[in-house]
Amino acid sequence: MAGERQKKIRNFCIIAHIDHGKSTLADRLIEKTGALTQREMESQVLDSMELERERGITIKSKPIRLVYTDDNNEEYIFNLIDTPGHVDFNYEVSRSIAACEGALLIVDATQGIQAQTLANCYLALDHNLEIIPVINKIDLPSAQPDEVKKEIEDVIGLDAEDAPLISAKVGIGIDDVLKAIVEKVPSPEGDEEAPLKALVFDSYYDSYKGVTCFVRIKDGKVHEGMHIKFMATDKDYEVTEVGVFTPGFFKTDELKAGDVGYITGSIKNVRDARVGDTITESDRPTKKPLPGYRPAVSMVYCGIYPADGAKYNELKDALEKLQINDAALKFEPETSTALGFGFRCGFLGLLHLEVIQERLEREYNLDLITTAPSVIYKIMKTNGEVIEVTNPSNMPSPSEIEYMEEPIVNASIICPSEFVGAVMDLCQNKRGIFKNMEYIETTRVMLHYEMPLNEIIYDFFDALKSRTKGYASLDYELCGYKKSELVKLDILINSEIVDALSMIVPSERAYARGRAMAEKLKELIPRQLFEIPIQASIGSKIIARETVKALRKDVLAKCYGGDISRKKKLLEKQKEGKKKMRQIGSVEIPQEAFMEVLKVES
Amino acid sequence: MINSLYVHIPFCIKKCLYCDFNSYSNMWSYEDKYIDALLKEADKIEEKSFNTIFVGGGTPTTLSLYNLERLLKKLSKYSPKEFTFEGNPGTIDIEKLKLLKYYGVNRLSIGLQAWQNNLLKSLGRIHDLDSFLKTYNEAIKVGFDNINIDLMFAIPDQSMDDWVCTLKNVVKLNPQHLSCYSLIIEEGTPFFKLYNENKLKLVDEDTDREMYYFTKDYLSKNGFKQYEISNFAKHNKECKHNITYWMDEEYIGIGAGAHSYSKGYRYNNYPNVPEYIDATQKGNAIQNKVKVTVKDELEEFMFMGLRMTDGILKKRFKDRFKKDIYDAYGSELCELKKLGLLIEDNNYIKLSNYGVDVSNKVFEYFIK
Repeated sequence: MAGERQKKIRNFCIIAHIDHGKSTLADRLIEKTGALTQREMESQVLDSMELERERGITIKSKPIRLVYTDDNNEEYIFNLIDTPGHVDFNYEVSRSIAACEGALLIVDATQGIQAQTLANCYLALDHNLEIIPVINKIDLPSAQPDEVKKEIEDVIGLDAEDAPLISAKVGIGIDDVLKAIVEKVPSPEGDEEAPLKALVFDSYYDSYKGVTCFVRIKDGKVHEGMHIKFMATDKDYEVTEVGVFTPGFFKTDELKAGDVGYITGSIKNVRDARVGDTITESDRPTKKPLPGYRPAVSMVYCGIYPADGAKYNELKDALEKLQINDAALKFEPETSTALGFGFRCGFLGLLHLEVIQERLEREYNLDLITTAPSVIYKIMKTNGEVIEVTNPSNMPSPSEIEYMEEPIVNASIICPSEFVGAVMDLCQNKRGIFKNMEYIETTRVMLHYEMPLNEIIYDFFDALKSRTKGYASLDYELCGYKKSELVKLDILINSEIVDALSMIVPSERAYARGRAMAEKLKELIPRQLFEIPIQASIGSKIIARETVKALRKDVLAKCYGGDISRKKKLLEKQKEGKKKMRQIGSVEIPQEAFMEVLKVES
Repeated sequence: MINSLYVHIPFCIKKCLYCDFNSYSNMWSYEDKYIDALLKEADKIEEKSFNTIFVGGGTPTTLSLYNLERLLKKLSKYSPKEFTFEGNPGTIDIEKLKLLKYYGVNRLSIGLQAWQNNLLKSLGRIHDLDSFLKTYNEAIKVGFDNINIDLMFAIPDQSMDDWVCTLKNVVKLNPQHLSCYSLIIEEGTPFFKLYNENKLKLVDEDTDREMYYFTKDYLSKNGFKQYEISNFAKHNKECKHNITYWMDEEYIGIGAGAHSYSKGYRYNNYPNVPEYIDATQKGNAIQNKVKVTVKDELEEFMFMGLRMTDGILKKRFKDRFKKDIYDAYGSELCELKKLGLLIEDNNYIKLSNYGVDVSNKVFEYFIK
């Protein structure tokens, strides 16, 4: 039933820690294979590529289809689906995993298994993926392939005996990897005649085509002109184009069970085509949608505001567009007295936040101000009501609060044993509770801590890296809520509370953080024409105070030989810099101050 | 009718470490050709006479006697009332001074900067105090009776005492004019590099201002009237040429990199010496030319005019722009007055003392 065709398809992803060589291996695989089958070569590849170039579409380089010809001259279709390596993006990894039957687990022969690799690997095992360990960087003098093999067997329980030993960089062992993919990754076994059942594992938006859904066809087939239904949103569309990734968009006649490709359908409303949804036929719907995968949980929230208030709608559009590729991104409108109209946005973690912020700035050309990231706090009020707070400004007054709870994560950290002391010290400082420690091998340990999430979202990762010379890796997952003594810390500039700078902090840490923030703001706020007091307060109690002294001197150099244009350019530049300032009352605050002030260590 | 001519001589024996002016210490081979070009550019000037001529640099007194004479001969034809020549100690001798005097130069501007030899050295000056004194005395001997001395405060490692000593000694020499600039670290200079490498100990802002206020106070007690942020003169000895700039009046500049403001345009010549020579020989030394819009003119009038101690004469504004100054900058003027940065009387609007300290911020208000 599955047919000969599906037997020649292998869908897989690559799991690897950052810098363990994922993209280099992907490049090697692409080099060693072709993008098109012999038959497709004859059709007009170039034209279709040309068209894409003309339209100037930036194609997300996520899935790639490769054509591999083995020693017996058999052609196989490989669909390589990219996965991000960072802990924040476990959710995205899970959607790639759901579209595959196998995974390459790349482990650096000089560094061994890292915390996130492990987490992603378990994720793949949970989905019954066939995992092929691949040991990379064997060309390096410090490579220890045998130790790493043993580590894979001991820690993950995979048989690593036959793991290809490769160097993606110099091109050793690539053929072994290709062979292993054919031999070990199971071919898909979908029913081509059944009603269409396709998983949307990613999507891409451009204003010309609308939404392009990246799909894995589980059952049935899909072609141009077909009427399809998105099962979660119950929206119907007519298919305008289907195709595969070569890696550009390459139009084909149809996609069948086992295939990875794309579907377009003039879908203008990005909300109709959610990533994770199942697509079926309108006339002959499949009975049950695919299970989807672990839903994205926003764990970190912050306010995002346009630096220029007039750009509110542009920001809204941009967030909507980003959301289609990124279901984990959540947002709703909010208002700040300091920053005006903006959005409270939810993210998977701090890196996710930074990525979104950067994409908004780069791809959508927006100037943004972001407020302090916050987790979701649960507040039990004295009247019995339970509320969730992600914005410190919404925290009720202390008299209304019975108690508060904050989210706790199980954190696992892998590091060389020599840094155990430093890591434990750091975790302790971040209110971590030690759970246990295990040796992965003689020189490397895995530490387990229970930690408040809000300690992780500021600077934990940076601190961890700097204390371990970059050797530590971190993974964490939410494990519940815990009662905690928390207070709202306010910052007053020129005697006015700046709501965008308020944050919820553990009460034991409030003084230190308040002081550190006031000191940092003193550095960040340039001297102005009058003296500016900066205060940190809890309720009405001032806990720290700094002063930005009035500007003492700002005199232009002499205007020599009548070169007025130069002086004028200086003044214009100065004026331009002023636009990058946020006016809070009569005080000008540089936009980056809102983000920079969060990077205080306390 | 344009009243002022600026002539640029872009040669120096050695560039001072703080200097970002258009000057070179390795272009000597071009000296003759440069003067040829300068004279050719001067031939194109339509004006028959100028009220003021200012020969600046670089170091104009580095020119050979031959080239000096060629230049002076040409410039003296414009019969300027104020004819200033800039010079630095170590490049001037009696013969050059006599030549200047002979061709009608009636104002000298000599760079001293500091009285202390260690500071002169740290600034990268080529002269010491003795060499300055020699030059100054020779100038008096030759008959110059209108001399400016350039001074600098807030020099790295300069103490308040150093500056007081500089001023007191200079005042004793009885010059007619003093320019006192606070050192500014300009991009692209060796000082800028040192500063970024944290190898330059700058005078703190409070001391900088203390030096400035001492200067104002001390000079006014000694017969100097301040007429611009950094300039002080004995009665009637203000530099008329520089006032042209501050009044935002038109002027012509010739020489490499020289700027002009003429017939509603601002333009500048090629700054690079061989490029300037080449362009001039081909008939056009201008590198950039920009029309001054009404907006530009308003802005420039304000930020140049406020540099003058008297400030801006409101009537002058009205005569020039055919509208009241408040129609153009009402809200800005009110806010600046409220902040105590501007002072207004019946006739003038001027910077307050604090307004001078933060003049850059004040000027910014007038840029739209």
